Amino acid sequence: MSIVEFKKVTKKFGDLVILDEVDLKIEIGEKVVLIGPSGSGKSTLLRCINALEEINGGDLVVDGFSVKDGAKNIRIIRQEAGMVFQQFNLFPQMTALDNVAFGPRRVRGTPEREANEQARALLGKVGLGDKEKSYPSELSGGQQQRVAIARALAIKPKLMLFDEPTSSLDPELRHEVLQVMQELAEDGMTMVVVTHEMSFARKVGTRLIFMENGKISVDGNPTELLQNTENPRLKEFLQHVH
Amino acid sequence: MEFEWSVIWDALPQLMVGVKLTILISLAGIIGGFVLGVIAGLMRAYGNSFINAIAFLYIEIIRGTPIVVQVMFIYFALPMLAEIRLDPITAAIASIIINAGAYIAEIVRGAILSVHRGLKEAGLALGLPFWKVLLYIVGPLAFRRMIPSLGNQCIISLKDTSLFIVIGVGELTRQGQEIMASSFRAVEIWSGVAILYLILTGTLTLMLRITEKRMRIL
Repeated sequence: MSIVEFKKVTKKFGDLVILDEVDLKIEIGEKVVLIGPSGSGKSTLLRCINALEEINGGDLVVDGFSVKDGAKNIRIIRQEAGMVFQQFNLFPQMTALDNVAFGPRRVRGTPEREANEQARALLGKVGLGDKEKSYPSELSGGQQQRVAIARALAIKPKLMLFDEPTSSLDPELRHEVLQVMQELAEDGMTMVVVTHEMSFARKVGTRLIFMENGKISVDGNPTELLQNTENPRLKEFLQHVH
Repeated sequence: MEFEWSVIWDALPQLMVGVKLTILISLAGIIGGFVLGVIAGLMRAYGNSFINAIAFLYIEIIRGTPIVVQVMFIYFALPMLAEIRLDPITAAIASIIINAGAYIAEIVRGAILSVHRGLKEAGLALGLPFWKVLLYIVGPLAFRRMIPSLGNQCIISLKDTSLFIVIGVGELTRQGQEIMASSFRAVEIWSGVAILYLILTGTLTLMLRITEKRMRIL
């Protein structure tokens, strides 16, 4: 069974069609890289997976639960699909450790000591073992994003969604975030990544999806597609992002 | 004329009775007003159009009428309209609650809406129900941002208690006036009353400073 299945999913903002009857299956273990011009619907597609955007037509099933099956199932889906945002969105009133321990404590009801131990281990994993007492405002963008990845991992999701995780970072800070994401991929995590980092797509991606006007127009192996694609729009797009 | 300090000393015991009542009405009014304000503010920020309209109506009616008219209505008109009879102190506390609640509702709404949308999404994306997102993430951040405006409202409400002189509540201003009526020492008495108000509002300001220092606005 696919972990994510879009069945003719349509999403509109008013009269504007953002996703146009999208069909897509994502299997466990895949590392899907979503690219496309701005406004093509790639971020919206990602945000539909954990129901941050409500779909207007079709059906979307994540780990056996439909996003249309009410608030309780949506919360289950969200616990299975960790999300990393472009703007990090760390909780500013909490330390790095509290940010990471927050999910397990408040969502899963894990006791504080156990949640903190897990959080410490996760911060160590993203290379921030020495920053547990720092507040988000005291961390660099790259460090904040790594804490955000640890926070998403803390609820033990089955798949991870990344919404342009490096787009608001300086070039020299992107590397440390991409490194953590690559390690995560090597651990076997299922990932869906909206990004403009073509080197990441080539190195880590197992599947590349190019979106245009709310539709998936190219779907295939990243290495092959990035070397020579026949789609003229993708060709043109790749010239701009390289 | 000469300023007779002894007049103030002699009046002090009676003025302190007023101070106590002023504190009681203010404290009950501000706490009640905060609860009411949070409820109405949440209704404004997150309610559907019907719930939003109810809160909006409440806020507009209260902000659009003087507090003296409100307390007169509660004290004199309610018994006629609905057989609800309140003693002056209860009527005074109810007025402050209802009045402060309307202003605090807008403070709450503004603070909630000022919290970055991404934080709410981050909370929801962890699989939290909305009320927990409010309680643990948006609420604490919004509260910090409310502190300066809440402080302002506390001081305004405290001073508004002086208007309850119109329904005969024996708060500080009323006590001052009563002493005046028998001693005719206007300068001393009103200076004393003013200083007592300044001490009360000064204490409030100090408490707010401390709270603000302890809870950094983020």
